[in-house]
Amino acid sequence: MGDLLIRPHRAPARVQLMDDPGPLGRFGEYGGRYVPESLIGACRQVEEAFRSAWADPAFRNQLAGLLATHVGRPTPLTPAVRLSAELGVTLLLKREDLTHTGSHKINNVIGQALLATRMGHKRLIAETGAGQHGVATATAAAMFGLSATVFMGERDIERQALNVFRMRMLGAEVVPVRTGARTLKDATSEAMRHWVGATEDSYYCMGSVLGPMPYPWMVREFQRVIGDEARRQCATALPTAVPDYVVACVGGGSNAAGTFAGFVDTTAKLVGVEAEGGAGASRGTLGVLHGVRSMFLQDDDGQVLEAHSIAAGLDYPGIGPEHVHLRDLGRARYVTVDDAEVVEAVVRLARTEGIVAALESAHAVAWVIRAAADGTLPAGSTVVLTLSGRGDKDISALKELL
Amino acid sequence: MKLPSDHKILMPYLTGGAVADWTDHLRALIDAGADAIEIGLPFSDPTLDGATIQEATHAALTRGATLRGILTRVSEVAGTVPLVASTYANLVVRDRDFCGNLRDAGFDGLIVPDLPLEECAEFENQDLDLVLLASPATTDERLDEIARRSRGFVYAVTVMGTTGERETLAASAADLARRLTNRCELPVLLGFGISTPAQAAQAAQLADGVVIGAAIMRRVLDGAGPAELGAYLRSIREAMDEG
Ligand SMILES: Cc1ncc(COP(=O)(O)O)c(C=O)c1O
Repeated sequence: MGDLLIRPHRAPARVQLMDDPGPLGRFGEYGGRYVPESLIGACRQVEEAFRSAWADPAFRNQLAGLLATHVGRPTPLTPAVRLSAELGVTLLLKREDLTHTGSHKINNVIGQALLATRMGHKRLIAETGAGQHGVATATAAAMFGLSATVFMGERDIERQALNVFRMRMLGAEVVPVRTGARTLKDATSEAMRHWVGATEDSYYCMGSVLGPMPYPWMVREFQRVIGDEARRQCATALPTAVPDYVVACVGGGSNAAGTFAGFVDTTAKLVGVEAEGGAGASRGTLGVLHGVRSMFLQDDDGQVLEAHSIAAGLDYPGIGPEHVHLRDLGRARYVTVDDAEVVEAVVRLARTEGIVAALESAHAVAWVIRAAADGTLPAGSTVVLTLSGRGDKDISALKELL
Repeated sequence: MKLPSDHKILMPYLTGGAVADWTDHLRALIDAGADAIEIGLPFSDPTLDGATIQEATHAALTRGATLRGILTRVSEVAGTVPLVASTYANLVVRDRDFCGNLRDAGFDGLIVPDLPLEECAEFENQDLDLVLLASPATTDERLDEIARRSRGFVYAVTVMGTTGERETLAASAADLARRLTNRCELPVLLGFGISTPAQAAQAAQLADGVVIGAAIMRRVLDGAGPAELGAYLRSIREAMDEG
């Protein structure tokens, strides 16, 4: 486990963390807009549209209304009573698994689809790994009367057949991607290639805090509803109002970024949990992929490696740029758990709380279980954990494993 | 780098390490009248490449091609015509010695499609010409800056799309070529989609020269030897020179 202390927050007092990264989209030395000249105009248009929409109370109200009527927000902050008792900590679950379509991805997609409509686009393009972002995109497209094309690796299409069926039923076109390891990295590359030729009529709906500026910032802002709600809920749920720890799983890092955004200015320690085989922050090195400068798993020659995780949604070899920045500042720390711990955690949460979590979300649960057992989490700690999604999509995979 | 100004420039592209005898192909291209050569340094995730160059890249990496290996082979042919490396930002950003190593191997220039104006400053004015790209969607304001900051030549991307052969020269090519040649002292080379001698001749009329990529790599992947590849390039050369 190594160094288990989280270094104190040592950013200069005047610098506001998790703020607007400016026109160049820089989070410290990470971020940016590493896209071909052909995509510069499209990225700028998205940035301008987002800046104006985010400053427009009418847009914010419309989005908040949709999140209430169509997504089911606010989601509850559920005390995990029996598991807490077993672990000797107070564990509160932020229930993104209860949103419409079953994961936090919908928060971001409703925001982006509303923005696409405001920009006059009629079509959404998206990449997907677990299929949750694809399902959310297909759902939003149906709601707004847009068409949707979702790129998905062939291997993920096999692993997440249920979500493929859902997307198609919702009217989306699912394009199988056969290059590379046929997972999320390849799907993202193919979606970007497609975007270069489709900027006129299509809006790229990125599913995590990745990609060129403005996506890492915009997706964090659309997801911050998780953290903002949880912060308010903690004010009544906890005598201290602020938890000791805030924990979320990290693929690209959108549910974690949205959660952290609500607590970054508090004393809460922020912990992002990566998959052992997809740990951009824990094992990556500096690089550029899919438009952003960040940390990626790569070999000595600069070839990006394939991620390997039981959770398709964490099967990405990198991490969002703002997370690396938070890590460098010592404000957040990133840890890994392995597939076996994750499967155990799914079962334990199911049997103690009656909640079947997504394999992605179970990474966060697995870390809390381990950290409570080995003393990393002192007895009596208060912990807010974002349960990013529900496990329905993983049932057939779990059936094979258990 | 010094490109000829007394005739239209022909710059073929070859993916480094895609086949065992790729430097023989390279020599054949030089013998067939190439004025410069673009050599692709394989990257695992070529997001601006269509199916053919993706396949060539995959073939190179599967064969075990490495940057060091390619640079060693390049140094064997350096000194004939200008050599321009092309690759993706990851290789450039992660390695402080990247530009220097390319220079030492005999490269004269570097093309990085995912390193736009906003991100390329730290790699300009290295002792390697950083060639900037322009696209049909690039605004006049940006074209001015690209024309000012590019070195060696300006790479005009003819279409809003990825690399790959196309039936006809995109209509967007003419407009971009006109906008660029009006404001640019450097040579303007048109690339992406140029596959046939007729297209090359047509494109060469619009600008100072052409880059031919996917049409070459498809032939290489289909098993064309150096002689066959040379004959193809010669047919392009002749069409361009006849105008
Ligand atoms: C349920 C769930 N959680 C987490 C993730 C990982 O994404 P992120 O790190 O952007 O939250 C995914 C991605 O598909 C997911 O479906």
